[in-house]
Amino acid sequence: MEPQGTRLDPWIDAYAQRTQGLTASQVRALFAVASRPEVVSLAGGMPYVSALPLDALADTVAQLVRDRGAQALQYGSGQGDVTLREQILDVMAPVGVRAHPDDIVVTAGSQMALDLVVRVFCDPGDVVLVEAPTYVTALGVFSSYQCQVVHVPMDGEGMRADALREAIAALRAQGRTPKLIYTIPSFHNPAGVTQGSQRRAEVLEVARSTGILLLEDDPYGLLGFDGEVPRAIRADEADGVVYLGTFSKTIAAGLRIGWAVAPHGVREKLVLANETATLCPSNFAQLTISSYLATQPWFEQVKVFREVYRERRDALLESLESLMPPGTTWTVPAGGFYSWVTLPAGLDATAMLPRAVAALVAYVPGTGFYAPGAGGEHELRLSYCYPEPDRIREGVRRLAGVIETEVELAATFGSPTSAPVRSGPTAPTPDLA
Amino acid sequence: MTSDLGGRVVVLAGGLSPERDVSIRSGRRVAEALRGHGVSVDTLDVDGSLLAALAEDRPSCVVPLLHGAAGEDGALRGVLDALGLPYVGSRPSACRSTFDKPVASAAVRAAGVAAPESVVLAATTFRELGAGPVLAAIESSLGLPLMVKPTRGGSSLGASVVRSAAELPAAMMAAFAYGDIVVIERYVAGTEVAVSVLDDGDEPRALPVVEIAPDGGFYDYGARYTAGATEFFVPARLPADVLAACAQAAVTAHSVLGLRHWSRSDLIVDAEGRPWFLEANVAPGMTETSTYPQALAAAGLELGAVTLGLVRRALAE
Repeated sequence: MEPQGTRLDPWIDAYAQRTQGLTASQVRALFAVASRPEVVSLAGGMPYVSALPLDALADTVAQLVRDRGAQALQYGSGQGDVTLREQILDVMAPVGVRAHPDDIVVTAGSQMALDLVVRVFCDPGDVVLVEAPTYVTALGVFSSYQCQVVHVPMDGEGMRADALREAIAALRAQGRTPKLIYTIPSFHNPAGVTQGSQRRAEVLEVARSTGILLLEDDPYGLLGFDGEVPRAIRADEADGVVYLGTFSKTIAAGLRIGWAVAPHGVREKLVLANETATLCPSNFAQLTISSYLATQPWFEQVKVFREVYRERRDALLESLESLMPPGTTWTVPAGGFYSWVTLPAGLDATAMLPRAVAALVAYVPGTGFYAPGAGGEHELRLSYCYPEPDRIREGVRRLAGVIETEVELAATFGSPTSAPVRSGPTAPTPDLA
Repeated sequence: MTSDLGGRVVVLAGGLSPERDVSIRSGRRVAEALRGHGVSVDTLDVDGSLLAALAEDRPSCVVPLLHGAAGEDGALRGVLDALGLPYVGSRPSACRSTFDKPVASAAVRAAGVAAPESVVLAATTFRELGAGPVLAAIESSLGLPLMVKPTRGGSSLGASVVRSAAELPAAMMAAFAYGDIVVIERYVAGTEVAVSVLDDGDEPRALPVVEIAPDGGFYDYGARYTAGATEFFVPARLPADVLAACAQAAVTAHSVLGLRHWSRSDLIVDAEGRPWFLEANVAPGMTETSTYPQALAAAGLELGAVTLGLVRRALAE
């Protein structure tokens, strides 16, 4: 009799096809080390919540439980608390979004809103257009709904409208129409660039003229370092844009509250999908945020965050400028959390990661921000939001040493770097007007 | 609580190696298994607070389940020796020679077990002599395909099979990312098996041979730790005499390397039924997908009972 093997998982043949990409990886293994305090992690995008007025927040929460505990600890509406939705209008005012509270669907972080939008629009095989590179966990959502991701090239001002139009034309020539254009126009994750007003208008025009829904993800819009807030694309188009916002960067990621602003037909579907997924977003978290917005100078706190992140961005950029070996380039973010680094020719950011972790510095390899096989081998993302400036400088010092060693190895093994070129920032200063 | 131990048992797991996550999972599993026998167990990471924690509440015994450097190269066990703390597993000198794959291979080969021909090279050698000529010489001497891996480390991290000369530079880069010295060995095609050795009686004994059949053909990190990505056969689908030869090879490796309590040898059985020694592990993985617990189960043994037996043995030695 043929011996029976085991796969140590009796459900292995039962999993849905969409789980195929969910596998253990060396990169995840290395991130487990990055959580140790010895390692300067320039990898994760954790907001610096220690800068919050925690005592005031504690009082807010205590008072909430005392005064409205029965409501806060109860189920709530699938669309979200109505008072919070009214307050979200105020929060969106700086980016120019005007809407009615009924246009807003509150979700468990904007990640859930993204999931719901893809859930209600995309069947397996549907095409989604995204920037190259794009937000890693958006790719996870697209993958879980079995979408086909098509990357659109970027330049120093984000998604190129001409390339977007060409990509749509090429797809239509194959008889395919994309369902969504997913873009992060302000302080892009991971690329660190921002679409200027002209670029936004061009991208919007492509979406309008092709009749494709634009999904605008705006987690960092209020976190510009120059004090100016980029105007959201949704501010100029209500029917063709779904706008995603979040309190994760302006208040607290741990509360997991975000929202979508959507045209009424889409919004009704999102509410129903939200109820199916979670019944309702956490009432406790919503009322905590609502109380915080009502009693605390929240926009002043946003200014504090801007200053914290600007100082860290400066520490990163100064260190990169003074330490990076020739041939390394990076973007200059005008806000947000990230800079996108391109390594000298011949270097592979994923293959280099173990050396970096051994040198006690971590980053995210670029391939994670692309669909499988679509690019990013020579690129990596650096986050400056969480470590203190001195730690950032130390992290960049370590990383520079790692890159130098890797350049030497690449030269030894026939992946020579191109003739030394200048290192330095690549992105033009974004137009924030 | 199992009172005859004279205090708590500390499982060491985590550390700074790339196998930190694997180690934490191994540690959690062994700790739970021991608790199932009434043992008081704490799991500690290896960091600046460890020695103070051990001094403050001195354990009766330590179970190091650290993978990768420091955990398997004997360094940490040397510290435990210095503290006079009993522990389960091999002594530092045996760990050192086992963790260095070429040293271990040479010792096992000298004891009559086949081990693939290999070349061990530092990055500086390639730099000084030029990678092209060195790689050409290796390819001409060992032929293709080749296995390239760091001399130290586990879980196949940094290891790759090279089937054409064009793949060699990238494989070298991947291996050197995990250490300054790499081993390039002749790739032996065949059936991959893991043989666990348990040393809890008069003589070390091999547990049932586990055959590893990864979906992608290569037992890399993903194949090791993604549930379902690899099919295992216990015992391996090999003739009885070959199974016996595998068992003997693993016991020989355990003995000549001077290992203690538990070890696992990774072997390839070629088309002629000859087992080839690839490497031995002094801290075998104990995760849900690891082969040691599978071998124990196939032998009718339970992880907690076996570990408790080894704790008692360590206390008595």
